[in-house]
Amino acid sequence: MAKYLIMSPADNVAVALVHFQPGDVLEGPAGPITIVDEIPVGHKVALQEIPEGSYVVKYGHEIGRATRLIPAGAHAHVQNIYDITEEVYLAERRKLGL
Amino acid sequence: MSTRTFWGFERSDGQVGIRNHVLVVSTISCANHVVEKIALKTDTIPIVHDTGCLQFGEDRSMTERCVFGIGQNPNVGAVLFVGLGCEQTPTRNIAASITGKPARHLFIQESGGTTQAIKNGCAIVEELKAAIAGQERKPFELARLSVAVKCGGSDFTTAIASNPAVGVAADLLVAEGGAVFLTETTGFPGSEHLLAKRAINRDVARQIYEIVDFYRREMKDHFGRSPSDGNPAPGNLAGGITTLVEKSYGTIMKGGTTPIQGVLKFGEDVFGKKGLWIMDTPGHDVFSVSGPAAGGCHLDWFTTGRGSPLGNAVMPVVKICGNPHTYTRMEENMDINAGLIMTGAKSLEEIGREIFDMTIRVAGGEQTKAELLEHREFAIPRIGSTL
Repeated sequence: MAKYLIMSPADNVAVALVHFQPGDVLEGPAGPITIVDEIPVGHKVALQEIPEGSYVVKYGHEIGRATRLIPAGAHAHVQNIYDITEEVYLAERRKLGL
Repeated sequence: MSTRTFWGFERSDGQVGIRNHVLVVSTISCANHVVEKIALKTDTIPIVHDTGCLQFGEDRSMTERCVFGIGQNPNVGAVLFVGLGCEQTPTRNIAASITGKPARHLFIQESGGTTQAIKNGCAIVEELKAAIAGQERKPFELARLSVAVKCGGSDFTTAIASNPAVGVAADLLVAEGGAVFLTETTGFPGSEHLLAKRAINRDVARQIYEIVDFYRREMKDHFGRSPSDGNPAPGNLAGGITTLVEKSYGTIMKGGTTPIQGVLKFGEDVFGKKGLWIMDTPGHDVFSVSGPAAGGCHLDWFTTGRGSPLGNAVMPVVKICGNPHTYTRMEENMDINAGLIMTGAKSLEEIGREIFDMTIRVAGGEQTKAELLEHREFAIPRIGSTL
């Protein structure tokens, strides 16, 4: 039984299908990851270390920016992700000249 | 491309339907009662709505397009339009413009009132039934199918289980040469750049921005709000959604991953369209399913998490539930258990293929839960005030 979903191969986060507790081990695609936070079902867990200022990628798309270093196995959510929707949307729009 | 086929009804104008409904359509809300009575007495499907008079511009066009379009839907084998007699909607012309099937009309004023209009209507419906009796299904390529996609009564499972699985099915249908219509523009803000990037050309990209801009403007002008206000909503945040682009991408992924061919108006004709299209509809569930029905789509893939019972008057609605608990609680309303993705029992690809396989069976006549429960919702939206 899968305990998590990776929505796209490019993603650096997975979606929890079970409620993870600190110390649980997630069998990641590149090896085991020790969970460091409590992670509710449906929430994101970092599959690798995401440095401060770099993109959080889900569905193969940048969905936010890490406001601080997110260690592998950490809960990736509002406490460490900044919403970049407007800036990405405006940048893409400018590229099309629209 | 596979050699798989579905069994449909051929119309004399070249369209193919997957049902052979007899429809009684109100062309003005004043005729709704008569329409409901005729349909009840003849065991046919009533189409009633709250429009048809004192409308202008795009509102008027939309009503006429939808009243005509629901009768022209290829799933309809025969249609009776009922008008009052003095309505704005051109009842007589609409009935005369229907192709590929018998179409009739009647007016309540001409009939001499409610009782006689119902009597006349029932007699016409019996003639229509006789005219299409004995029509049989024939095999057709899957490329002839047009399917709309929609999510409603969503929860956190929608974006990770049911919508991605429907996206898999959408890609399968497009690969077969069929057509998929992504609805509910209100779900796009935050991801319009991702849709625009997939447009087949700059003009289509511009149209995608335009329909979302219209929605953004309406929010601002009428309610002083922006789509990002309080969005993701508290329920989204509790479910693990962090940002708006993450939320809206979870919405649009039910359209799959193929290039976007164009943008259609609400209820605009879909006949002959291939590949993935956008139909500009409200997010409100009944409306966003009615648009593609009026445009001539055959079927709707409807994902849900909290549980929606909705169906449609002319299209079978396949209900795909991402939440395993909701599936158990509301099984009588659900066709596909995408909750098995959440429990880890099945993969997105497996459920996507299940949706696709069921679609071929439903196209051939298998009834969906919404059909069995006689869910026959339909509505026409309005842009301006009611005058």
